[in-house]
Amino acid sequence: MVGEVMGTREEMLAMLRMMMMIRNFEETADKLTLRGKVSGGMHNSSGQEAVAVGVMSALAPDDVIATTHRSHHHTLAKGFSAREVMAELMTKATGVSKGRGASMHLGDVARGHFGGNGIVGAGMGIGMGAALGIKLAGDKKVAVGFVGDGGMNTGRTWEAVNMAAIWKLPLIVVVDNNQYAVETFIERVTAGGDLPKRASGFGLPASTIDGQNVLEVKDAVAKARDFALAGNGPTFLNAVTYRYYGHNVGEKGQYRTLEEIEDWRTNRDPIDQLAARLFADGLLDQATFDEMTASVEAEIKDAVEFAENSPNPDPADVMLNVDSGKLRG
Amino acid sequence: MASEPTYSEAYQSGIREEMNNNPKIFIMGTDLQERGGHFAQVKGIAQEFGGERVRDTPISEAAMIAAGVGAAMYGMRPVVDLNFMDFALGAMDEIINQAAHIRYMFNGSVPLIIRATSGIAQAGAHHNNSFESFFAHTPGLSVAVPGTPWDVKGLLKTALRADDPVIFMMHKKLTGMRGPIGGPEDLVPFGKARIAREGADATLVTYGYTLIPAMKAAETLAAEGKQVEILDLRTLFPMDMDAVIEAVKRTGRMVVVDEAPLFASITAEIAATASEAAFDSLKGPIVRVGAQRAPLSADPGMVEATIPSISDIEAALRKVLSY
Repeated sequence: MVGEVMGTREEMLAMLRMMMMIRNFEETADKLTLRGKVSGGMHNSSGQEAVAVGVMSALAPDDVIATTHRSHHHTLAKGFSAREVMAELMTKATGVSKGRGASMHLGDVARGHFGGNGIVGAGMGIGMGAALGIKLAGDKKVAVGFVGDGGMNTGRTWEAVNMAAIWKLPLIVVVDNNQYAVETFIERVTAGGDLPKRASGFGLPASTIDGQNVLEVKDAVAKARDFALAGNGPTFLNAVTYRYYGHNVGEKGQYRTLEEIEDWRTNRDPIDQLAARLFADGLLDQATFDEMTASVEAEIKDAVEFAENSPNPDPADVMLNVDSGKLRG
Repeated sequence: MASEPTYSEAYQSGIREEMNNNPKIFIMGTDLQERGGHFAQVKGIAQEFGGERVRDTPISEAAMIAAGVGAAMYGMRPVVDLNFMDFALGAMDEIINQAAHIRYMFNGSVPLIIRATSGIAQAGAHHNNSFESFFAHTPGLSVAVPGTPWDVKGLLKTALRADDPVIFMMHKKLTGMRGPIGGPEDLVPFGKARIAREGADATLVTYGYTLIPAMKAAETLAAEGKQVEILDLRTLFPMDMDAVIEAVKRTGRMVVVDEAPLFASITAEIAATASEAAFDSLKGPIVRVGAQRAPLSADPGMVEATIPSISDIEAALRKVLSY
């Protein structure tokens, strides 16, 4: 499977390193948040790395993404540097959104990142719109609209899925399904239970995939991308994953058992799983792994230093880019 | 001699010319292709440009605006036609949190026009809301309120050549109004009020349909020997406060009228800002005229009792003329 579907050793090591980098980034950022360094708090994606890295590994660099309130992993995997994401968390002028967005509002339209989003379900709709733009422009690209399990129960999600389906838009809906809408277990609030069944009612291919298995995610997205580029329209992928930390940093949740969290961490961790497989296949050795671990640590340490040493936005620029100014003469 | 075009035909003319100029412009909304929209605003446009560029949508306001936002970010120039402004409520997150705020954070433009017919006519509480103030209140949005066919076409062209989300509110009761329209390059700028009637004794500031009762009230006052200047704002954001303040300095007496509920309305913004900027020029307080803060009834008599009448406007003018 590895050779035929999943690409070269270098590509797989790159996926592993990206997941390790995201994990280190998130755990570092979590501590910085508890120390009051991150304005407005943050949503930690630890545990969900394979969804982001699997998706981005299957996309072309100029494909478009639009995402959710928990989007550090998507943004880093899309190719944004740890420096500029960390700087954004600290609302620094060198950040992804020039310090105006922080954790929830990472985005840069020019680089195909149509934004994180503070509103559940909104990013996926924007992804659908991007897919319409792609289709009308006649470009050979796709858009990915990320949405969480919480977004499965907002009406607009299904308005957007319906529209993508009737117009056969090149959209891939990826449910980054960590199973808890803040503290509410998805099964408690989702009639019918099966999300792909719900989606397939709109007449598009829909399936559940293992969001802890980066290779499976990549494979599913690659197929969805080919399907979209061939003019067949959208695909719905329910990537089941798990977040190791609370909804927000500092949460003292009682809604999950420690055993449940430990089970996912120990038995289904996406980084451990890929590393074990690469070791077993002889594609990774301990020296290389240790080197990757050290280089990730150095990268994140550098990102924190960069962010801390960066200036905040200039308050004199408050009115800059509220609008283009073209209508104000 | 052919009659002058209607307010809706002015919109058709503007959109047709701009769609011919710019292949990135497309329209989407309900009932556009066959019906031409609920106000004939795009009658014939689908037949001319085809179904890819004039798209009939499901009744999914949130998805319609989201589609417009994403496509605009991608570089297209969508016009989302909601038919009735009231239907925007199903997409308020997409309009306020998304369309209006994206440029500020994400290094990109949202050249999106949201066209809808607005204003008070008939059919009750769900088709007659006046949302001018809360759209104008939102950072990032611009709001056009054309009161003539000329301004419909000229403001639309300006909006379609700019880079911002624009709420384009056309008044129901002006749908069949006839008047001259400009040519392909007769653009009407945003933020420039128009003197709709000259007069030295008092200034009445308004926009949209209310220009008509305002004009009638001014004629009544003229018969009594008082000349009332009428300022048509044309856009509510950007707003031509310079023109308002100059008018206060010129006449010293001001009435501000619209048909939205008076509380927290656009008229309050104008009166407050003009008073602050030109208090010394005023001979007395600026008087505001607006609707009662009640939902719109479907009963014609109830509607009349809710919104300002011509005699309410005349009374306000007489009051400022008494200073």
